[in-house]
Amino acid sequence: MDKFARRKYILGAIFVVIVLIFIIRLFTLQVLDSSYKQYATQNVLRRVINYPARGLIYDRNGKLLVYNKAAYDLLVTPREMAPFDTTQFCEILKIEKAELIDGLNKAKKYSRYKPSVVIKQLSPEGYAVLQEKLFKFPGFFVQSRTLREYPQKIAAHMLGYVGEVDRSAIQKDKYYSQGDYIGVTGLERAYEKELRGRKGVNFFLVDVHNRLKGAYLEGLSDTVAVLGQNLVSTIDSELQRYAEQLMQNKRGAVVAIEPKTGEILSFYSGPSYDPNLLVGRERSANYQILLRDTLKPLTNRAISAAYSPGSTFKTLNALIALQEGVISEYTAVTCNGTASSPIRCTHFHESPIALKGAIRESCNPYFWNTFRATIQKYRKAEDGYNAWRSHVLSFGLGEPLGKEFLGQSSGNIPASSYYDRYFGKNRWNALTVRSLSIGQGEIILTPLQMANLAATIANRGYYIEPHLIRSVSEKEGETHRLAFQRKNTTVAPEHFESVIEGMQQVVDQTNTRYTAHVEGIEICGKTGTIQNPHGSDHSAFIAFAPKDNPQIAIAVFVEFGVWGARHAAPIASLLIEKYLNDSIGSPSRKLLEQRMFDSNLLNPNQPK
Amino acid sequence: MASRNNIWANLDWLTISLYVLLVFMGWINIYAAVYNEEHSSILDMSQRYGKQLLWITAAFVLAATLLIFDSKFYVSFAYVFYGATILLLVGILFFGSEVKGARAWFQIGGFAIQPAEFAKFTTALALARFTSSYTFKMENFKSLAGIGGILLLPVALIFLQNDTGSALVFGVFVLVLYREGMSGVVLFLGLLIAIVFIMTLVLDPVTTILVLTLAAFVAYYLFQRSLAESIKGLSIYTAFFGLIWLGNYLLKLGYENTDLLLVSSVLSTAIFTLFAYRKMLKQTLVIPGLYILLVFMTFSVDYVFNEVLEPHQQARINELLGIQSDPLGVGYNVNQSKIAIGSGGFSGKGFLNGTQTKFDFVPEQSTDFIFCTVGEEWGFLGTTTILLLFLALLLRLVVLAERQRSVFSRVYGYSVASILFFHIAINVGMTIGLVPVIGIPLPFFSYGGSSLWSFTILLFIFLRLDASRMEKLSH
Repeated sequence: MDKFARRKYILGAIFVVIVLIFIIRLFTLQVLDSSYKQYATQNVLRRVINYPARGLIYDRNGKLLVYNKAAYDLLVTPREMAPFDTTQFCEILKIEKAELIDGLNKAKKYSRYKPSVVIKQLSPEGYAVLQEKLFKFPGFFVQSRTLREYPQKIAAHMLGYVGEVDRSAIQKDKYYSQGDYIGVTGLERAYEKELRGRKGVNFFLVDVHNRLKGAYLEGLSDTVAVLGQNLVSTIDSELQRYAEQLMQNKRGAVVAIEPKTGEILSFYSGPSYDPNLLVGRERSANYQILLRDTLKPLTNRAISAAYSPGSTFKTLNALIALQEGVISEYTAVTCNGTASSPIRCTHFHESPIALKGAIRESCNPYFWNTFRATIQKYRKAEDGYNAWRSHVLSFGLGEPLGKEFLGQSSGNIPASSYYDRYFGKNRWNALTVRSLSIGQGEIILTPLQMANLAATIANRGYYIEPHLIRSVSEKEGETHRLAFQRKNTTVAPEHFESVIEGMQQVVDQTNTRYTAHVEGIEICGKTGTIQNPHGSDHSAFIAFAPKDNPQIAIAVFVEFGVWGARHAAPIASLLIEKYLNDSIGSPSRKLLEQRMFDSNLLNPNQPK
Repeated sequence: MASRNNIWANLDWLTISLYVLLVFMGWINIYAAVYNEEHSSILDMSQRYGKQLLWITAAFVLAATLLIFDSKFYVSFAYVFYGATILLLVGILFFGSEVKGARAWFQIGGFAIQPAEFAKFTTALALARFTSSYTFKMENFKSLAGIGGILLLPVALIFLQNDTGSALVFGVFVLVLYREGMSGVVLFLGLLIAIVFIMTLVLDPVTTILVLTLAAFVAYYLFQRSLAESIKGLSIYTAFFGLIWLGNYLLKLGYENTDLLLVSSVLSTAIFTLFAYRKMLKQTLVIPGLYILLVFMTFSVDYVFNEVLEPHQQARINELLGIQSDPLGVGYNVNQSKIAIGSGGFSGKGFLNGTQTKFDFVPEQSTDFIFCTVGEEWGFLGTTTILLLFLALLLRLVVLAERQRSVFSRVYGYSVASILFFHIAINVGMTIGLVPVIGIPLPFFSYGGSSLWSFTILLFIFLRLDASRMEKLSH
């Protein structure tokens, strides 16, 4: 009845054949082939990771900023350990017994079968001695690593630091495994992919006595480590060191840019620290000290501080008013009577006053009146404000500037919707937001953005994305120059000359000349004094020089610096002089330099 | 009542002995695999071997319980069980917890239940019930659609859980259907496709097509017994390819060799078939069809491999076929597993003396890679013994299935044998590097309650059916 009954033989045969194939395979594997027995007696495949040296970083003149030094990690595979003389072991390595025991316990907890680090970063001497005696300590082996070293001890915030990867980084990028190093901040992080190179892996066979038995499969499955790529930075380390000296014992930031290229010449956040502190065995202890420091030395103020630009912003408001056509170079405004309400003039000068004079004297009523004219040019305050804002944004303000500056603040140029929320739709006007006219109120710029503003004015209307790295060396001798975007502002070039004239008069004709004027260099600048309810006012200065064919644009912000001309302007002018002339010339300038070296503003309440 | 008393006498005690023996050996090997000096008692409940004893005891109780029910119970409730499993499989997509990337587990207190394990026996029951109906005919489209539905529903749901290994198990029902009269061409085609797939990956599409072409003409010759015809066909083929290749070369059209080969093989096959149509026997017509199918298959392999399979699956296949080698990555398990088994030698290193098979060294040692422990500690003698015991069980199940009077019991019996066979073949094949790594347990051996219980249920329902094989099963 069942015509398919014979198929039981076929099914049975399938079962038998498969089992037979398995038995034959097992026979070759277990009886004929003896190589597996050998692998088993040699016991362990050891995976030794070949960590490539991280890329070096040079300054713009080819001076080394970061290089590598060798270090050695001691690893253990707990399963392979045999009882050993711990006293002798600790003596060789010059470590405390407690450290060894602690490390061993951690290793056992992690895995009895996989190697893990017991002692990090042995001294080269300790390593040399240990290497000869390693055979006495089965289960232990040494893996070489490289650590960062900073010969010039400068530019800590710019360079950033390297640390061990955390779990989230491992999950995000499969390249990393526990114990690897990764750039945590600054350029080390922004250029992590270029700097790290590629790890290589060597597989070795090791016997029970911790002796190498040669490469596994004759090295067939090994991979070669690829060195990290070197970076050439745009920083001038002479200028950088000088900035750090001038800014010592002060809070604030210095950013200097070469206007034509967008290359950053100096990038400083104060207080700073010696980058070598965050390397090596003392790293975590030092990190904790820096982290707890109330002066917040780990904060990169150059890109993350929320500073009001104060009067330095008046330059931009003047440019916008010119572009919108609400003033001309010759439009004069009286700064007394009704015009001085609600923002009064705090200076003594002729009235009415025209554009150049208004910049020179930083005349508040002048900028309030032109700002109001800009906004009121449009029927609705909102439209006027949006027109003003889009000009401001075109200077690279209110948004992150450049891709290298990870963790940078966008600053703040509020959208009109912000005021709608705050005051209600159509319930605000130029008067309501008048503080913006003098660079106060909601406006926030980072020092990097201020420097970029200076560079944009120097360029008469455009900027190149500011950056710290000029080129990446791909292979020996082959460098790849990075390209950066040019961005034009919405203000036409012809409007810049009168503003620049005004900025030159600031440096040449006002009281600021005593601290900012340099014989033989046409410097254009603008001071800012930012009201500070927590102590002395902050001091800001943006400048560029020479006036024609600018070589350097700079922003200096000194917290508790009293007023613009007091600290920020002298520091900026000294840096400009140093960069353009290579040295400080006159005795009076030397005196000024000494005064900056000596001044200490770390205590905000001290009388100044 | 009389028949119920006879159950114990009617039970197939040979199968039960094999079952108990395998379960016991599994337990011993789990003990060796996770042996830990600090907890050396095999009864230590904090260790996997202690827990496994609990699962085993529970499995025996479960087995006895299953035997108490009337055999008609399993027939009548076949669809109910199936429906309930489907509901569980749907529910798990929403309420299941994820273990190792597969959302396949219900977590109830400290217990985890994997419905996919139980889907195996409920699907077998449903299939048995469906094929045993009087209206069922293998050639009937409605019947085939029914079978397709019953099998594909759980497979689709298990795929959605991302538990590819468990889903693949259902493919083995092809063997059962074959026994019930499905055309043998399906099995043959499956085999051909597997061969072409591997050939394309190991060699390359061009070589594969050339081999296929030659094979087709050899097959044609074998059927037709006409050397002249075969050679004529081969020359048409060669001429076509030569012409197209030359055209491409002279006109600098820049097509790839593989594309040219595809076009020329399709065209020349069509022409040859038209040409020789009258002289062909009915069977020989299958050859060009099969040939074209496999040629297209060759071209889709790259796509399937790169787009359908996930990266870890690709890596496992590449590792198996020797296309890439990564002894501490994807290949780590298999490499360690082969070292463990290979180092066991002829008679093994002895119980608890394995150095390679300890916990952590071969991952999943007590679950999916338990066979390594057998290989290392008991050697070739041990592995062969286990395999022969399994073979004995499988063949015994075939014998039992064949002596059933009802189609229901026979289909179910073959399902049991096939499912066990698939697990054994894949699991053992994987540990000795013959099959890509697919995480499914070795029946009765691997650590874990869910798998042990589901295999126990699978087997003992059949033993219950077998015990009352003389009764008329109606539904």
